[in-house]
Amino acid sequence: MLNVGKIEEGFVLDHIKAGASLDIYHKLNLDKLDCTVAIIKNAKSNKMGKKDLLKVECDVEMLDLDVLGFIDHNITVNVIKNGEIIEKKILTLPKEITNVIKCKNPRCITSIEQELPHIFVLTDPEKETYRCKYCEEKAAKH
Amino acid sequence: MRHLMSPLDFSTDELERLFVLAGDIEKNMPKYAHVCDGKKLATCFYEPSTRTRLSFEAAMLNLGGNVLGFSEASSSSAAKGESVSDTIRVISCYADICAIRHPKEGAPMVAASRSGIPVINAGDGGHQHPTQTLTDLLTIRSLNGTLNNFTIGLCGDLKFGRTVHSLIRALLRYENINFVFISPDELKVPDYITNALDEKNASYKEVTKLEDVIGNLDILYMTRVQRERFFNEEDYIRLKDFYVLTKEKMALAKENMMVLHPLPRVNEISVEVDDDPRAMYFKQAQYGVYVRMALIMTLLGLAPDVLDKEA
Repeated sequence: MLNVGKIEEGFVLDHIKAGASLDIYHKLNLDKLDCTVAIIKNAKSNKMGKKDLLKVECDVEMLDLDVLGFIDHNITVNVIKNGEIIEKKILTLPKEITNVIKCKNPRCITSIEQELPHIFVLTDPEKETYRCKYCEEKAAKH
Repeated sequence: MRHLMSPLDFSTDELERLFVLAGDIEKNMPKYAHVCDGKKLATCFYEPSTRTRLSFEAAMLNLGGNVLGFSEASSSSAAKGESVSDTIRVISCYADICAIRHPKEGAPMVAASRSGIPVINAGDGGHQHPTQTLTDLLTIRSLNGTLNNFTIGLCGDLKFGRTVHSLIRALLRYENINFVFISPDELKVPDYITNALDEKNASYKEVTKLEDVIGNLDILYMTRVQRERFFNEEDYIRLKDFYVLTKEKMALAKENMMVLHPLPRVNEISVEVDDDPRAMYFKQAQYGVYVRMALIMTLLGLAPDVLDKEA
């Protein structure tokens, strides 16, 4: 059994689909933050069989959780302060995401125009469909 | 400031106002000869399109305005690597309104977000071509009398044909329209269009043979299989002659069926059909000028209120 210590302030992201934690690590830009991060892969889960977890020790204001809603809104977000869970955040599908994924349409203006943010807009909440704001190409499944 | 990126940018009420204005232009052209005196239209065409560009320029000239611009990317600053955002900021200093055509989808939207003048999307890749749609709507409204209650067949390249996508989405806002999509399997309408049809519970069917359905249509909208939309020449050659409208096929159609085509035509409508009174595609090009005149006046805030006068 692997033991990872408690954190004082930050987030515990639980119920991440097994194997998806590293992708989330990058999409949350955790590689760019100077903070302690524990990536736990393939932990045992009663609910999921196997799951991933991310523990991030940082200021709770530092993370953009909209991105998580886009990646998988079933992830449990525990907000930790003074070593205790102070909040369990409910993730929803963000209306718009900026610079999280890139438009794959070779005919899209984002493929040539420098400095243009890659913006995707939620067009069908039921089917969780996002489309490029510029060319309306459907976002590739993640 | 208003721009036109998609035909859906205008409500159906606003479109109605535009069409009434275009109808008045048709009847009283000289009345509008000086509405845009001293105004300049920039036509920024990053890919060649003689027809659309000349239609815009004719519209502005008819209104007494002037035109400036470029007709291909190689003769513009884009060839030096200038971004669309920068180009439009500069054009905003030279002109009062801009029509932009660009091979990249979404480029006019980028321009509009940085522009100091109204921007009209004059076609962006395979995405939208709203002024063609306004032309199509005006033609149907003028010749059919209404934009409700008819069966329209769309034939040819329904996958890459942006005029078709724009038209379908625009028609979805009107009532009791049956859509018949006639195309080879390889060129069927994309999923975002069928999704939109499903959402509105619109009646539509997809078929592969024009002969099977032509007798049921009130309007037949033909499209060209565009060489530049194909990644490979072999596919283009195999598919381009699939759906050709001939005199024989016209004999199966209703007596008052209207044939529309965004033009240019290659060989999908035989020239022998041109003399048929149901062939409306050249008339459609004329309506294109009227609707662009109405649009330019509207976006510049110079449109007289013809709707109130009529009432």
